[in-house]
Amino acid sequence: MELLDFARGPALQFAIAVFVLGTVWRLVGVLLLPSSRDMSPAREGAPASWLGGLRTVAGRMWPRKEFVQSTLVLTLGSYVFHIGLAVVVFGLAPHILFIRKLTGLHWPGLPSNLVLGVGVVTLAALCLVLARRITHPVMRLLTHLGDYLSWVLTALPVVTGLLATMHLGGRYETLYALHVLSICALLIWFPFGKLMHAFWFAFSRGATGARFSHRGVNV
Amino acid sequence: MSTSNTVTAAFDQQGDQDAGTRLDGALRSFVREFGRTPALHVEACVRCGVCAEACHFYQATGDAKYTPALKLEPLRRAYLREISPFAPLIRGLGLVKPLKVQELQQWQELVYDSCNMCGRCTLACPMGIDIAELVRSVRHGMYQAGLMPERLALMDRTAKQWGSPATPAEDLPDILAEIVEEFGEPIPCDLEQADMLVTAAPAELGDHTKAMAAAAKVLNRTGVRWTMHQGGFDASNIGFNNGDVALQERLTRALIDTAIKIGAKTVLLPECGHAYGAARWEAARWYGNNLPVRVIHMTEYLDEVLASGVIKVKQIGDSATFHDPCQIVRRGGLEAAARRVVAALGFQLTELENHGVAGYCCGGGGGVISNQRATPLRYKVFAIKKAQVEATGAKRFLTACGQCRITLEAGAKHTHWDKKVESLLELVADNLID
Repeated sequence: MELLDFARGPALQFAIAVFVLGTVWRLVGVLLLPSSRDMSPAREGAPASWLGGLRTVAGRMWPRKEFVQSTLVLTLGSYVFHIGLAVVVFGLAPHILFIRKLTGLHWPGLPSNLVLGVGVVTLAALCLVLARRITHPVMRLLTHLGDYLSWVLTALPVVTGLLATMHLGGRYETLYALHVLSICALLIWFPFGKLMHAFWFAFSRGATGARFSHRGVNV
Repeated sequence: MSTSNTVTAAFDQQGDQDAGTRLDGALRSFVREFGRTPALHVEACVRCGVCAEACHFYQATGDAKYTPALKLEPLRRAYLREISPFAPLIRGLGLVKPLKVQELQQWQELVYDSCNMCGRCTLACPMGIDIAELVRSVRHGMYQAGLMPERLALMDRTAKQWGSPATPAEDLPDILAEIVEEFGEPIPCDLEQADMLVTAAPAELGDHTKAMAAAAKVLNRTGVRWTMHQGGFDASNIGFNNGDVALQERLTRALIDTAIKIGAKTVLLPECGHAYGAARWEAARWYGNNLPVRVIHMTEYLDEVLASGVIKVKQIGDSATFHDPCQIVRRGGLEAAARRVVAALGFQLTELENHGVAGYCCGGGGGVISNQRATPLRYKVFAIKKAQVEATGAKRFLTACGQCRITLEAGAKHTHWDKKVESLLELVADNLID
């Protein structure tokens, strides 16, 4: 079996299975933990807890004005690589084709040169946030090995994708196979590390928003 | 923990249990904390470090060990190894090291000396993690391990005996009689029937007796039938701050049960932040959603009686700035009520650079003011507030929490700063129109 066949076949199937089952297991395992309702009388005029929750889910998309300046590099860097990843994953025609095969869903692709450019910018932003993580005393102290692994496994598909698109560093089939394998590694790691924040962020913000809107505080 | 070499090993311990028993106590407590929301909050952290930018201890010192998220490390590790959906895998493969009692000892400084549980970090966290609440969960475990600052432990033991960390219940009538004698304002005590149970913070029966007399003056003017009561008089709730949940419950029940006993419909809390956090938002933990009394903060009460015209005050007219007590504003929702009282007094309010829900903590909350070994660190934090107050150019400096006042007064004294910290309650009482 060629490497590409292995990557696109059993490796990808295994990775998707781990991704789906692991993610569902972790989400359900947390969401089924007992939850104690706040029984204190709500502040007069407080919005319904779901509304307070949603307000904070939306509000935390950007820092409060007090924290904008001190977190600007991190915020912009994070925005660039998050949006960049979304553009690359959902904008490149071959990716859309792959998603179509998997789910039947499809949409028009973006020009490949544009996606290539976005990929380069995304990689640069990822490098920027990594450099900050390594050099900033606070982030260095907080970071665990798993966080670095999350970075590596997020960056690898971007790197291999760029190399494959630009036909740099080897046969196209080999580069393509490495790209698919790097995605497999990302999918397998996803449920276990902090990449799960893609799901947690909404629940976490929502819980805090509900807690404090009940008290008449808009956090 | 990779950070252990950076954390000062200043710690106290209570009891003579061995290290294993301490660790078990902490772990059992940590595990009990994990309902859905704390678990979501531990899971959601991406270690971005933004919380440090909000923390006055980090801002004042630049020391990364004060990063709020780092303070949760013992809780995080207990969660991952014992509760999380992949806990068996994590334990089996040794992916997260088990906690050691030495690490808990090291973390004592981070959760007791350098955290006010003020929640400014909660406000900054991009993931919306309520870090302050999780620090309280760490304190619950530290209390069970007998690993808290000795000064706070002493107050805990005293409150268990006296119902207050500073005043024996049986001394209350005499103390109140002295305040009545000094200020000439009647203070009903131990009435068998009343509409309102009025409570105090320790300082109001000690250094801030004028505030107690001020409360009496306002209450007597409103015509409400009120009383203080030996059964439940100190609302400061040291159990809430220390992480002693059993004491928190006992002190809360003392207030609510006494109110029920005398037929009071309202429990009036003093100008005290943590009293509000403990009683207003947490009494329902033990009484359910049919809490038989209304729990109200002094600032809310002043706002209500001023707005309804039950009392009227003279217009002072000076420029003033206001320090927002964390527990009644950021975590309590009284930002607007406090400003309405300031406006009723006719002050021209100039806001601090960081105010309202984003205001900086005084540095003394969460028991830090009582924890004398944290004093040098507290003074560093005070510099932030002092600079912001001075930048307003305001003539008067107001707040609505006795604990904040004590902290700010101590900071002012230490730095020879001649700014008086004034209480909204005392200002209202001093300026009542007959």
